[in-house]
Amino acid sequence: MDLYDQMMNLDRRWVYLVIGLVVTITAILPFKVPLYITPEVRSVYNFIESLEPDDVLMIGVDYAPEVMAELHPMSYAITRQCFSRDIKLLLCCLHQNGPGMVEQVIAQVSKEYDKVNGEDYVYLGYKPYPGITILAMGQNFRIPFPEDYYGTTLDSLPMMKKLTNFDDIKAIINISGGSGTEYWINYANGRYNAKLAIGVTGVMTSDYYPFLQSGQIFGLIGGMKGAAEYEDLAEKGGYISREKDQLWAFKSMPIQTTTHIVVILFIVLGNVGYFMSKRKKYGKYEHP
Amino acid sequence: MNTHDIIFNGIAAFLSISIYTFLYKDNPLYKFAEHLVVGVSAGYFAVILYYNGFIPKLIEPLRQGKFEYIIPAILGIMIWTRFSRKWSWISRYSIAFYIGSGAGIAIPLYLQNYVIRQLHATMIPVGFSTWQLFSNILIVVGVLSALFYFYFSKEHTGAFGGVAKLGIWTLMIGFGAGFGLTVMGRVSLLSERVVFLRDYLAELINYIF
Repeated sequence: MDLYDQMMNLDRRWVYLVIGLVVTITAILPFKVPLYITPEVRSVYNFIESLEPDDVLMIGVDYAPEVMAELHPMSYAITRQCFSRDIKLLLCCLHQNGPGMVEQVIAQVSKEYDKVNGEDYVYLGYKPYPGITILAMGQNFRIPFPEDYYGTTLDSLPMMKKLTNFDDIKAIINISGGSGTEYWINYANGRYNAKLAIGVTGVMTSDYYPFLQSGQIFGLIGGMKGAAEYEDLAEKGGYISREKDQLWAFKSMPIQTTTHIVVILFIVLGNVGYFMSKRKKYGKYEHP
Repeated sequence: MNTHDIIFNGIAAFLSISIYTFLYKDNPLYKFAEHLVVGVSAGYFAVILYYNGFIPKLIEPLRQGKFEYIIPAILGIMIWTRFSRKWSWISRYSIAFYIGSGAGIAIPLYLQNYVIRQLHATMIPVGFSTWQLFSNILIVVGVLSALFYFYFSKEHTGAFGGVAKLGIWTLMIGFGAGFGLTVMGRVSLLSERVVFLRDYLAELINYIF
């Protein structure tokens, strides 16, 4: 096997080893990388900035711990921005392994801003079958969620007195690591015309750009890069602080940068090996 | 970090490393961690579903005298006949109801939101005077050429073949963007774990010394 063949047939464990080393070294010796804020992330931030105190924003948190690296920073940054501006939050979860994710965020951030459950925020909890749950919420939040996550009836919560359905909230931000986003687009926006923005994992991002272009969603926060952009905006707005260690996605961007360079180098290496071995086998101008 | 955190974060660190050992080759440590994840997820889901679905959506309404809820309960019980070869045909009624109602709700909305509104989004002004108008040209040309590629009733030769080839390029660019974002997503998960292990190691050294 000559050098070009070796380049093409490199044992994948070498790739893992090099990426592992690069990630570890960058984690130990971080550096600062510049960040470009994309319009789709800025539009979510600007929309929340345009809200008045006591306006209600709904956040649908539909992800499990396996994607919290990408999505948890979004949830924290948005919640902190809203609570800083005295915007009320209505939260729900339509992913079976996600109720704990919402509780972690809301418990921590509400304590930071002295926000009271039932007055400044309501956590509706989890219900199975996202499509049916969203359709029911479009009629009345009390149909799928007669009680909140903590077992209090919605009618006894002061914040819920003026809230019936999607017409009474300013917008929905769905932060999702799976197919939950489809349901929000299809049912909340499609059926009830609710204003919708989404935060999704990197893998899902390219699937949802067409909905941004068609105007079905007004903003898109894509993966850890999107989360880092949002954190950057929130830090400049004074809602989160580097000193308090609240910029998680932003801190991971140097790792993203170095790892992507390594992946690009491996792709170039494989392609050089492919074309050179073909050239050696079939000559400069002949191809099979 | 107190002793409690050291122990539980230590378990998390051990399980993370166990999962990553699969990158070298399959081994008992990986199997143990994998089975633990599957078991815990299934157990957690069962409990969540019981307290958020079964109790409030069936038991509570029945307690309140809403006996119409017996109908979905019977449909639900009928699904369980799938475990019997002799009686499994009964489950088809429940499945038929579920699929029928689900399709009735979903199909018109999917057509509206995934086809008509997406088609509408390609009917846009085009031109060369601004960047936005030029971007619109790319959208329209990309959509049309990709649709040409999926038209199989005519051989992909001549001008038609050329447009279909442009369609392949459009699809490849789309797949490339998807692959790049997938790499970003996977690296994000890895970086979070590495940062967690780094912080845990630092805390452990502080705790011991």
